[in-house]
Amino acid sequence: MSGYLIRRFFLMLVTLFGISVVIFVMLRLVPGNITDIIFDSAGFVNPKQKQRIERELGLDQPIVTQYARWIGGLARGDLGYAYVSEKPALQEIAPRIPVSAKLAGLALVFSTLFGVTLGVVSAVRQDSTLDYVLRVVSLSGLSLPSFWLGLLILMACVQWFGWIPIYRSTPESFWKELGLLALPAAAVGFRSSALVMRLTRSSMLEVLRQDYVRTARAKGAPERSVNYRHALGNALLPVVTIVGIEAAFLIGGLIVTETVFNIPGVARFLVEAIRWRDYPIVQNLVMFIALIVVLVNFIVDLLYVALDPRIKFGN
Amino acid sequence: MNSRLGLAALGAAALAVVLTSAPCAALAQKSGGTLRIYHRDNLPSASIHEEATISTVMPFMGVFNNLVLYDQAKKLNSDATIVPDLAESWSWDATRTKLTFKLRQGVKWHDGKPFTAKDVQCTWNRLTGKDPDDFRKNPRQVWWQNLKEVSVNGDYEATFHLNRPQGSFLSMFASGYTPVYPCHVSTKEMRTNPIGTGPFKFVEFRRGESLKFVRNPDYWKKGLPYLDAIEWRVIENRSTRILAFIADEFDLTFVTDVSIPLLKDVNSQAPKAVCEVAPTYVSSNLIINPGAAPFNDPKIRRAMALAIDRKTMIDILSQGKSNLSGVMLPAPEGNWGMPPELLKQLPGYGGDVAKNRAEARKIMESLGYGPKKTLKVKVSTRNIPIYRDPAVLLIDQLKQIYIEGELEVIDTSIWHAKVTRKEFSVGMNLTGVPVDDPDVNLYENYSCNSERNLTQYCNKEVDKLIDQQSQEPDRDKRKKLVWEIERRLAEDLARPIIYYDRAATCWQPRVKGFVLHHNSIYNNWRFENVWLDR
Repeated sequence: MSGYLIRRFFLMLVTLFGISVVIFVMLRLVPGNITDIIFDSAGFVNPKQKQRIERELGLDQPIVTQYARWIGGLARGDLGYAYVSEKPALQEIAPRIPVSAKLAGLALVFSTLFGVTLGVVSAVRQDSTLDYVLRVVSLSGLSLPSFWLGLLILMACVQWFGWIPIYRSTPESFWKELGLLALPAAAVGFRSSALVMRLTRSSMLEVLRQDYVRTARAKGAPERSVNYRHALGNALLPVVTIVGIEAAFLIGGLIVTETVFNIPGVARFLVEAIRWRDYPIVQNLVMFIALIVVLVNFIVDLLYVALDPRIKFGN
Repeated sequence: MNSRLGLAALGAAALAVVLTSAPCAALAQKSGGTLRIYHRDNLPSASIHEEATISTVMPFMGVFNNLVLYDQAKKLNSDATIVPDLAESWSWDATRTKLTFKLRQGVKWHDGKPFTAKDVQCTWNRLTGKDPDDFRKNPRQVWWQNLKEVSVNGDYEATFHLNRPQGSFLSMFASGYTPVYPCHVSTKEMRTNPIGTGPFKFVEFRRGESLKFVRNPDYWKKGLPYLDAIEWRVIENRSTRILAFIADEFDLTFVTDVSIPLLKDVNSQAPKAVCEVAPTYVSSNLIINPGAAPFNDPKIRRAMALAIDRKTMIDILSQGKSNLSGVMLPAPEGNWGMPPELLKQLPGYGGDVAKNRAEARKIMESLGYGPKKTLKVKVSTRNIPIYRDPAVLLIDQLKQIYIEGELEVIDTSIWHAKVTRKEFSVGMNLTGVPVDDPDVNLYENYSCNSERNLTQYCNKEVDKLIDQQSQEPDRDKRKKLVWEIERRLAEDLARPIIYYDRAATCWQPRVKGFVLHHNSIYNNWRFENVWLDR
């Protein structure tokens, strides 16, 4: 077990190093840099002044030097300065992380809670009216883009309640924040919940046809015990995998949801920073997201063992 | 008897006072409250002098004062509506090459330091590149090309020395783009933490989130401003921000953010909101790279000019509301625009589109093009709907004269970089004009030495005419010169204007004292007279 953990740790480091190189190079391959964008808002480009800014920002240095400077700073905990706001990058990034983390967490809870519950119900009541309704709901979840769903929610709120659930300022209490984030989390989690629901349903149906389930029923075990104790535990393994993957993909859904609900989170900020070619922000944020994804995958691997005792980390 | 008469007169007078003062009391300005406005995008910086976008001017104009200003209470900007601001008065010398401003005394910067003539000198030294701490970007340097130097006489008098007379020199000082900066604050600091003398103090700018300004209690105009604070929230998604305005989350929309089609939604869902449709003085214009063959051939450029059907574009894009226009905004809002009868004579402006296009096709055929041999061209534009939509229509119209266009959408952040590097053949662009004045518009966009002349169109004769109109004291003669320049620009197809857009700005009925300017979107954001009737 400990050998496996050490191997996974080193693999994580190698993955993060690879990502750092890829993001660093890709950012510089995209046409235009921050100086082009700084001048864009002035409606012209002055080549001399542009060179001066590039020199000030160190963009005239060889790419290897720029990379070494960034990684060196990162290792020391110095994320550099945001090009646009001219403030420390950490100061720009840090307040946005909790906002997105709460939204993503809530969306994940929403998708797992609804997805697993409704998936099980759908499987247990296979081919009933409820099953058909839930299948239509899950299909619509997969088909509706989250930005469109978000806009529909906003329009409905304005039309019926004369109120719009957009982010204004940091809410005073946890419950107020929960209330404010619930609708965007539902919008972003709806697609994931549909996916989880479909997977739970098919996985449950497969398990329910296994011999040991039939044996349990033959022995007279109550239906509830068969479904939830014997079947669900084994059906959850692929669901855990998909929830892990969805957690990583959630950032994509957050971008549009944060934009539509005007939430000052990290996902919208990342897109904005890419648009501005704000290298220190983009590089550090991507590394942060990569770290989260790698950690989530690691946790999913550990969960496998907890859920299925047959799985062991051996040689 | 006399005492009775006296009492009756006194009573009548008292009644009259009560009756006349009642409505006045109802309209008396109320102090306090926070004005809530949404911002449409992430502004690049807080330094008005370094930017050429309303995104910076609109929130930050209230932080500053100008030397003179367009009257905030009058809808139309003109020389007659220029009022004193930090300058109490101004005067020209006999040669009209020296403009002296007498400055207001006792004015303080927000950090408590006194405002003096040195600050005026320093601001214009930075604008003309004479100060070591010059601006990182200086988009309006061309405005001040006629300025030789600024001299000071004591702490409260500054004189601007010009190379030659320039009739509209004063109007450039009155724009929201021309605040006076403090000499003791670096240009870098002004980008993130601006200090001004204006009615509102800058508090906070959270990128992508919000901006906050609070009342300046030491403002030199006693009793102003009425508002305690102004709060801006950045909402990039247009649907969200319009819905938020409808839901009464905001008191005022971003300027001209409500397009004509959207206005119907606002009117139906927020019927009490006050919405005014006005010209944006932002033109959709065609840019052609004169260095890219075959567009270096004036015949092709003329054919393109003849192919454009401006009226159809206006009908489709703004339901017929936008202005058919030359370079200068036409009447009734514009002071210098060509009258319709002259405009019709320009190539591509005549009423008979079919006839124009027949002539264009003949030109193209004489150059070897036809239905079987079309000219293939990429029409480049920014990836923003207000750029893309006219570009798509242009492609459709160019098809009529054997030009097969392909839309090339450019990442909006590198648009100007690509245009400056001449990496385009034909493009659709948008240009805002801050002051309804020929000097501002013509020098900035069409003179040979302007950095913002995107196509680098250069015609020495036109340059001479621009200088000539600039020095012409007689307004009618100057107008005729401007129209002659317009004619030449249209013939050269130098960044031809397709139309000047119109859009609405809306505010809740409780917002009082706000007047939307109708011939510039850049000059009326001081907010010092605005109050909330809650």
